[in-house]
Amino acid sequence: MASSPEPARSTAPKSGEPSAGTLLSAADVARVVDRMAHQLIERCARGGGVAGDGAVNAAADDSAGLRDLVLVGIPTRGAPLARRLAARIEAFSAIAVDVGAVDITLYRDDLRLRGVRALEPTLLPDAGIDDRLVVLVDDVLYSGRSVRAALDALRDLGRPRSVQLAVLIDRGHRELPIRADFVGKNVPTSRAQQVKVHLQETDGTDEVLLIDGENQ
Amino acid sequence: MKRHLLEAADLDRADATLVLDTAAQIDAALVGREVKKLPTLRGRTVVNLFYEDSTRTRISFELAAKRLSADVINFSAKGSSVSKGESLKDTALTLEAMGSDAIVVRHWASGAPHRLAHWVRGSVVNAGDGTHEHPTQALLDAYTIRQRLGRLEGVRVAIVGDVLHSRVARSNVGLLHTLGAEVTVVAPPTLLPVGIGSWPVEVSYDLDAVLPKADVVMMLRVQAERMNASFFPSAREYSRRYGLDAHRMALLGDDAIVRHPGPMNRGMEIAAEVADSVRSTIVEQVGNGVSVRMAVLYLLLGGAPA
Repeated sequence: MASSPEPARSTAPKSGEPSAGTLLSAADVARVVDRMAHQLIERCARGGGVAGDGAVNAAADDSAGLRDLVLVGIPTRGAPLARRLAARIEAFSAIAVDVGAVDITLYRDDLRLRGVRALEPTLLPDAGIDDRLVVLVDDVLYSGRSVRAALDALRDLGRPRSVQLAVLIDRGHRELPIRADFVGKNVPTSRAQQVKVHLQETDGTDEVLLIDGENQ
Repeated sequence: MKRHLLEAADLDRADATLVLDTAAQIDAALVGREVKKLPTLRGRTVVNLFYEDSTRTRISFELAAKRLSADVINFSAKGSSVSKGESLKDTALTLEAMGSDAIVVRHWASGAPHRLAHWVRGSVVNAGDGTHEHPTQALLDAYTIRQRLGRLEGVRVAIVGDVLHSRVARSNVGLLHTLGAEVTVVAPPTLLPVGIGSWPVEVSYDLDAVLPKADVVMMLRVQAERMNASFFPSAREYSRRYGLDAHRMALLGDDAIVRHPGPMNRGMEIAAEVADSVRSTIVEQVGNGVSVRMAVLYLLLGGAPA
């Protein structure tokens, strides 16, 4: 895993905690997304392929696996990430992958604590998700509660053959028995810090920041 | 959002837009789904407290609450202790003691939900009070208009008929004005309320002159149960001057739509061929009503208890 190319910001890090600053630059984000796209292609090839067959067969199985794949983003930033991954997969393998988004607001377990918020679109491919390989895509994996809510939402939307998880950043501190299958970058953090993912589509720029202080 | 939804004025432009956007997202999220249920209000209790008969509104609220996984208690005044003389306050406090988080109330007395809001800790949603307000109907009208025409800003809406007794008209004028639509009310002078001059509307007595300019025509029900004075000479004369028939519908622009809050008096304020035409949004509003009420319940109840 490449380390952060930019030096930490001037804020003095508390002892034993990672320092605040830029975790990924725009170029890093693009590189990490590319790598995750390759990993997804590999995984689909392995999952769908029959071991020991010739290259032609393997290629055919490869595309069959990818056609089964649905990348489902968790809004806000999981949705554009899912679209980017799909675009990269298409660039590398010339196969268009289905993309969707699942808004989890109505499935959250912290609505009472944090109050209601505006909903975001839920969009599924026309072919649906039944009996397909769904990969949930999110920007940051933290407590795991968003993923749990997304799993609950998926259960109401159909019955995938298998569900996996891809995240750009895994910052630890899980509160549920959930792990990611594809991780862009593992970042050890303290609970007092925040990981901010900014994407071109939602924030006008690509970067991942680590910020000290819990709120804003 | 305020804790209660008692009248259209409880919603400023941002809140009203939030309700409509939320309803649209819920609509999109549930369309084509096998399981049309969301876990959002699990463990919350919604009481439908109905002192007046209702088909659409009560069922719509019930369905909305159930789709959000809330527990629903339906209470109608008939067959309850109300017929033994129990007051609104005692009834409400009893329901709250049983753990209700929200009370959806319809009452024949204007202002009853406002009184109720002072007595209970939970949220109160006005589902129609007397001749005063019916805010969720206005929200669903606005939602349907936005869905059909793609916007509300600058949309010209004609509200036609018994404005005096219509809570739908009152809520619609308030909400549509908040959302930037231009409203004209059309009615015989006897069916306009005192003080109409202070409403943010234009007033006309001539339906034929208004129709060609209208994007939306909202026909109000002639409320026979409230016609306790001679507001117009005869039903036939009213129908001739203020009823919407096929001939008048031809005056409308190509994209104009026709609305009616229901229940309709076919042949009186609206002709059957108009009610059943493609311009009419009277049936699609039923589905929209559920989405809009889900949005309202979610926004009022989904967050932290006040």
